Amino acid sequence: MSTADATVDEDVEGGSPQLDLLRRFVAGDLAELRVVLALAVIWLVFYVQEPRFMSSVNLSNLVLQMTAVGLVSIGIVLVLLLGEIDLSVGAVSGLAAAIMAVLNVQHGWSPYLAIAAAVAAGTAIGLFQGSVFTRFAVPSFVVTLSGLLAWPGAQLKVLGETGTVNLNDPKILGLTSTFYSDTVGWIFAFVAIGAYAALALRARQSRVSQGLAAPQLGLVVLRIGLVSIATLVAVWVLNDDRGVPLAALILVGFCLGFFYLTTRTTFGRHIFAVGGNAEAARRAGIHVNRVRVIVFMIASSMAAIGGIMAASRLLAVNQSSGSGDFLLLAIAGPVIAGTSLFGGRGSVWHALLGALVITSISNGMDLLGLESSVKFMVTGAVLLAAVVIDAIARRQRQAAGRV
Amino acid sequence: MNDNGSTPVLSLKGVSKSFGPVKALSDVDFEVKPGEVVALVGDNGAGKSTLVKTIAGIHPADSGTISFEGQEVTIHGPTDAVKLGIATVYQDLALCDNLDVVENLFLGREETGDGPAAVVRQLDEVSMEKQTGELLENLAVTITSVRAEVGTMSGGQRQQVAIARSLLGEPKLVMLDEPTAALGVRQTAQVLELIKRLRERGYGVVVISHNLADVFEVADRIFVLRLGQKAGEFGRDASQDQVVAAITGASGNGAKQ
Repeated sequence: MSTADATVDEDVEGGSPQLDLLRRFVAGDLAELRVVLALAVIWLVFYVQEPRFMSSVNLSNLVLQMTAVGLVSIGIVLVLLLGEIDLSVGAVSGLAAAIMAVLNVQHGWSPYLAIAAAVAAGTAIGLFQGSVFTRFAVPSFVVTLSGLLAWPGAQLKVLGETGTVNLNDPKILGLTSTFYSDTVGWIFAFVAIGAYAALALRARQSRVSQGLAAPQLGLVVLRIGLVSIATLVAVWVLNDDRGVPLAALILVGFCLGFFYLTTRTTFGRHIFAVGGNAEAARRAGIHVNRVRVIVFMIASSMAAIGGIMAASRLLAVNQSSGSGDFLLLAIAGPVIAGTSLFGGRGSVWHALLGALVITSISNGMDLLGLESSVKFMVTGAVLLAAVVIDAIARRQRQAAGRV
Repeated sequence: MNDNGSTPVLSLKGVSKSFGPVKALSDVDFEVKPGEVVALVGDNGAGKSTLVKTIAGIHPADSGTISFEGQEVTIHGPTDAVKLGIATVYQDLALCDNLDVVENLFLGREETGDGPAAVVRQLDEVSMEKQTGELLENLAVTITSVRAEVGTMSGGQRQQVAIARSLLGEPKLVMLDEPTAALGVRQTAQVLELIKRLRERGYGVVVISHNLADVFEVADRIFVLRLGQKAGEFGRDASQDQVVAAITGASGNGAKQ
């Protein structure tokens, strides 16, 4: 039977399409839409309070501010998909940035080698933490909490007596200060839209040709249209200021890569399986612990990359790099955007969407000149609201007979 | 009983299994023919699950011989059993609720396109979905969509998905541990119908069940275990009282002492 003509079982929930849409909206299946609406409200509020918030200069800054935390969040999404947590990403980002800075500035390594060494250090840390977690069955919370305490110590050691290393390598600084010309920006936009449209239409076509249920053509075109508008508006705004930043391309590029890994490959499928039911995954022949260790290696590597971007933007690495609320924002972002803390549900795009929400709030409050005290409390309240919504959505799924 | 003359797909002779001082199975002879549904019944702790797990390779036998399709084999672990063509569906189903039917069916044996390394090889969703549709149609399993999350389904549908999943490896023998436990009347009927279709398609089927009504509905043969030993073997013509007597030990009928 093709899915289209499958018999409808009587014990499946009925109801009109509209009601179903409403229920899915509440139950969290359409979490992204909920977050986009919330983001629109946030932007509107800040715009009303301070029109400069929506200026192209500020929106460009917003994009630059969100890259570091967004990159770290990508790794966090993968860890959350497993149903685990990594509290060490902030500390790892600081340590990796310190390693890069010291090797490049004090030891004269080429920027590429210094960056590679920093990322490799992150990967090694992930291997270590993941191995301890799986080998000794210590909760990942505790293993990475130890990392949260230990790695800043290593960071102090690496930085040495001076405590601060100023970056001056044009390649490293260029990571966050390179902007493409208007023409190049438009080329990026059209290539991206063209590729997306081609892939979406081809995927639909291959399903149709095999007689499988396929989304309506109108729906596919609508989605292509929405993606096109979002891309074009983003490029237009960025071009109005300094142009499309390299940093944004790096963030989007990593999102695309990990989106492919998580949704189109066997390994990605196994991440979801382990997060959904580790025992079922084990019985299906999946090397559960290997999946876990690799995901922790990815998380720490992404933390290192985020730390490098943060250092590039700050023009320096110091003792407080990677500390403060960096870790919590990186975890809060995906959760706000709808990645479940309970494992098995989420998307790499939640890293980007979450970083956008979190950064918008902090950027807007900065523009309004609010005190840190208020900023922390507001951010905390937003996170709390997101986690509560996640828990409610989960309970509703369970009530609907879905665990 | 079908195919009375054919070689048993599975044949156990004098199989014993102990856990420390506890004799879970002693000297059990057991066989299943192709296209035959054998019900395994007995009280709690009678050794039903141990017998199934011995065949599935989870608790390899201490002594005795196991033959598969007439050839003597050794089963040291679950992979040996799977390779021979023995599929087991456990009571807890082992499905991932956050994955859809296609994803669950092909979990651990995903099909991909070509590519230089595993990390870039793209899952062949179209092929997997097509096979899933064909398999479910062949078994007359009814679900709303093969792309529905398993967690959204009823217990009966989940059980059918789990059974369908076990058939993907093209086994010869399918063992079901309490397939109708915790199911409603209608859903139990669905699962029993599926078991009958497995028989029609020539699989050897072993069903553990506590529910004698279910057992009498689908089983060609009823094998009673009591205290790790065979306590009786009945055809479809036996009465429920005879079977209950064998389970509780109220009669010596057929028991090997």
